[in-house]
Amino acid sequence: MAEPLPVLEMTGIVKEFPGVRALSGVDFRLFPGEIHALMGENGAGKSTLIKVLTGVYSLDGGTVTLDGKAVRIGSPLQAQQAGISTVYQEVNLCPNLSVAENIFIGREPTRAGRIQWKRMRKEAAELVDRLGLDIDVTAPLSSYPLAVQQLVAIVRSVGTGDSDGAGAGTKVLVLDEPTSSLDRDEVLELFRLMRQLRDEGVAILFVSHFLDQIYEICDRMTVLRNGALVGEHLVSELDQVGLIHLMIGKAMDQLEELHEHQLHADVGEALLHADGLGRTGGIAPFDLEIKKGEVVGLAGLLGSGRTELARLLFGADQPDSGKVTIGGKQVSMSAPNDAISAGVAFCSENRKTEGLVPDLTVRENIILALQAARGWTRPIPAAQRDELVAKYIKALDIRPANPEARVGQLSGGNQQKVLLARWLITQPKLLILDEPTRGIDVGAKAEIQKLVVSLSEEGMSVLYIAAELEEVLRLSHTIGVLRDRKLVAQIANGPEITPTRILETIASGEHQ
Amino acid sequence: MSTATKTPTVPDSRTTSKGARLLGDRRLPVLVTATLFLAMYIAGLSRYTNYGFGEPQVFLNLFIDNGYLLVAAVGATFVILSGGIDLSVGSVIGFTTMLTAWLVEKQGLPILVVIPIALGVGAFGGFLMGYVIHNFEIQPFIVTLAGLFLFRGLCLVISKESISIGDASVSSMAQAQASLGVGFLSVGAIVSLVVLAVAFYVLHYTRFGRRVYAIGGNEQSAMLMGLPQGGTKIAVYTVSGFCSALAGLLFTLYIQSGDPLHATGMELDAIAAVVIGGTLLTGGSGYILGTLFGVLVLGLIKSIIQFEGTLSSWWTKIATGVLLCAFILIQRAMTTRKKT
Ligand SMILES: Nc1ncnc2c1ncn2[C@@H]1O[C@H](COP(=O)(O)OP(=O)(O)O)[C@@H](O)[C@H]1O
Ligand SMILES: [Mg+2]
Repeated sequence: MAEPLPVLEMTGIVKEFPGVRALSGVDFRLFPGEIHALMGENGAGKSTLIKVLTGVYSLDGGTVTLDGKAVRIGSPLQAQQAGISTVYQEVNLCPNLSVAENIFIGREPTRAGRIQWKRMRKEAAELVDRLGLDIDVTAPLSSYPLAVQQLVAIVRSVGTGDSDGAGAGTKVLVLDEPTSSLDRDEVLELFRLMRQLRDEGVAILFVSHFLDQIYEICDRMTVLRNGALVGEHLVSELDQVGLIHLMIGKAMDQLEELHEHQLHADVGEALLHADGLGRTGGIAPFDLEIKKGEVVGLAGLLGSGRTELARLLFGADQPDSGKVTIGGKQVSMSAPNDAISAGVAFCSENRKTEGLVPDLTVRENIILALQAARGWTRPIPAAQRDELVAKYIKALDIRPANPEARVGQLSGGNQQKVLLARWLITQPKLLILDEPTRGIDVGAKAEIQKLVVSLSEEGMSVLYIAAELEEVLRLSHTIGVLRDRKLVAQIANGPEITPTRILETIASGEHQ
Repeated sequence: MSTATKTPTVPDSRTTSKGARLLGDRRLPVLVTATLFLAMYIAGLSRYTNYGFGEPQVFLNLFIDNGYLLVAAVGATFVILSGGIDLSVGSVIGFTTMLTAWLVEKQGLPILVVIPIALGVGAFGGFLMGYVIHNFEIQPFIVTLAGLFLFRGLCLVISKESISIGDASVSSMAQAQASLGVGFLSVGAIVSLVVLAVAFYVLHYTRFGRRVYAIGGNEQSAMLMGLPQGGTKIAVYTVSGFCSALAGLLFTLYIQSGDPLHATGMELDAIAAVVIGGTLLTGGSGYILGTLFGVLVLGLIKSIIQFEGTLSSWWTKIATGVLLCAFILIQRAMTTRKKT
C-alpha cells in the first residue's frame, strides 16, 4: 500500500546561532492523523526545529512544504494562518489576561470592529467544555497553576482556526514538552484530547522527555542528535533500549569496554540523608543516602532530572517536600547558604554562567567561596590567602600557574579546575560535581577524575554527575539512575555492573 | 460532550482568603485611588467650606485646569500598559505650543489648519520613536529620552523667545464655555473627556487595545501567539505622540502662548498620574479610568494647596512624591502576591 502524502515535509533544514549549529540538514515529515514524536536529548535541536517550522526563527537552509506546496513561514502568525498551531516549550500565554482572552486573542469575535465579549466568553466556555476541561474562562490566567495554564495553551492552539478570519483550521498541532508540568491525570486528559484530534485527521508533533508517554501515545518518531537527523522509526519497531542508543549515539560494544579500576572500600558512616525530597516540575520525591568518603554517581539521559536533584541538595531550588539531614542535623535548605554552612559544595554544569566570574583573576575566583563562608566583614589575611591559592593552583595543576591571570582567558579544563579549587578550599564534606568534565579535553578529564578518587579516599563524599556512563561507573560506589524526573534505582557498583545494565535500567525504569 | 452543568473550578485554591483575593483583583488600585480622591475631596469640603470649596465649579475646574494633563496621561497609559515608557511627552507638548504659536502668529495660518498639522507632527514623532524601538530593539527609555532632547531642541530652533498668541479665533476658542447648569466646562476639558472615552473604548473593545495589554503582559508570548507585536508597539508610541500633541494644543489654549520651556518635566506628571491610577509600571495591568482618578488626585492636591493659601506650591511635588511611593508599594504587594 502506498503511503499517504505527508501534510508537512521539511528537508535539509539548517539553523545556525552564533557559534552553534543547532540544526544541520534535518529532514522531517508528518502525516495526517498521526502522532509523531520528536526525540533527542536536551540540546539536540527539537525546540529549534519547531521554532523554525513556526516562523519564530528564520531558516538558514532547507525547504518546507505544506500539503505539497512549498511555503515560507515568516512569523508565528503566518504559521497559524497556514494551519500550524503550536504550544511552545515555555508557556506562551499572557498571564494578565483572562482565560477566554488567552484562547481568543488575535481572533476575537468582533462586530464592526467591536469585540463581542459575551460571545467570546461563551465560545471559550464551549471550547473548554468540548475538550472536557473544567476551567472558569473569565478568571485571569495567572490565577491558575502552571499545569492548567499549559492546558489553556493547548485549548488555544486547538481552537485556532475555529473562529473567523483565521483561515485554514488546524492541520498540524505542535506540542513541545507540554507534559513536563502536568500530573498523571492531566497527562491522561491531554492524551485523550490528542487522540480525539488525531482521529479528526490532525497531524500532531509531540515532544516529551518521558519515554513511557512516547510509547503510550505516538505512532512514529524522528530522532535527532546534536542537531542532526539520526532516523525515523515506527514506534512499534523500536524498543526503548534501541531508542536510547539512537539518542545518545553509542553502539553497545563501545559502551562495553570495562575499565580496570579498584574503588577504595573504606566508605564511612552516613553523611547525608535525603528523605522524600522533591519538587514539583523538578524531580519526584526521592530517598538518598550518601556516606562519608563515598562517590555517588548519577546516571540518566540529559533532562532526566540529574541536575534538578543536585540543585535540591544544594538548596539552589527549594524542595516542596521532604527533608535533608547532614551529619545527623536537619538542614533547612532554603538557600545555598544553608547547604554551604552544612559543608556542601556545588560545581555547576554552567561554569560560565553560574560559577566563575570571567573578568576576575584566578586568585579572586578561587577565594570567592571561602570569603563568602567567612562573611564579607572578615577579610582573609593577604598572606594566608596567597598561600592557599598557591597551594591549590599547584595541587590541581592549574595552568598558567599565575594567580593574576583572568579566568576568562583560561581553557575550559583549567576553568573547571579553578571552580573546583574554589570549593575545595572551603573543605566541604560533600562535593557535588555537575558535569565537571563536559567540554574539556581528555587530559584534563582524566586529571579531574583522578582528583575525585583521591578526594574520596581522603574521606570527602562526592555526588558525581556525568553524561558518560563509563565515567560514572569508573568512579562511583553507588549509582543512582534517573528516568523521567524520578530516581528509579540505586545500584551498588560491582564487576557485574556494565554500561549496558545501566542503560537497560534507564530504559525500563527498574533494575533487575 | 456532556451538557451537565459543571461547577467552575475555584481559580487557584491556595488563595481562598478574602483579603488575598481582594489584593489579587486588578481593579483594586483604581478603587483605592477613587476612594483617596473622595476622601481628599471630603476633607477639602470640611476644611474650606467657608471659602467656597463646595462650589460645583471648583470640582469642574479640576477638569478645566488639568485637561491637558489628562490627555497626556491617556497617551502615557497606552505606553505603560504595553510595558514601555515615553519620556518625550513634556517636550512634545512644549514643542506643540511653540509650533502652534509660531504658525498662528508668525505665519498667519488659521488655527483650524494648524491643529491637524500639530497633531500630525506629534503622531509622526511618536511613530518614529516606536519604529526605532521596535526595529532596532532599543530600550524605550533611551529612545524617548532622545525624543525628549530632540523636541526640546526643536522648540529653540523655532524661537528662543516665548510667543504669545493674540489671534482672535484662538482666544474665542479658549474662552468658549459649555454650561452645565451648576457650572461650566472649557473646550479643553470637553476634549480631554472625549479622549478618555475613546481610549476606554479602544482599550477594551478593539483588538488593538487587547494587544496592548497582551504585549504588556508578556511580549515574547504575544509574539509566539501570533500577535503583530511590532506593529502594536509602534502604534502605541504613535498614540502617545498624538496625545502629547493634543495635550500641547490644549495647553496652548489654556495658557495662550508658546514657550520653549513650557511643560518641562510634564512627562513625569503624566507617568505619576498613570501610576497613582493603578497601572503597573511593568505593563499589562491597569485601567484608563484609574488614570482619570490619578489626574484628579494630582489636580485636587494643587487646588487644596491653593485653598490653604500659605503653603508653597512645592508642596504639590512633595505630596505627589509621597503618593507615588505609596502606590508603588501597593503595586509591589500586588505583584508579589501573584508570584506565590
Ligand atoms: N536563541 C538561541 N541562541 C543561541 N543558541 C540557541 C538558541 N536556541 C537554541 N540554541 C542552541 O541550539 C541547540 C538546540 O537547542 P534546542 O532546540 O532548545 O534543544 P532541545 O529542544 O532539543 O532541548 C542548543 O545547543 C542550544 O544551546
Ligand atoms: Mg526543547
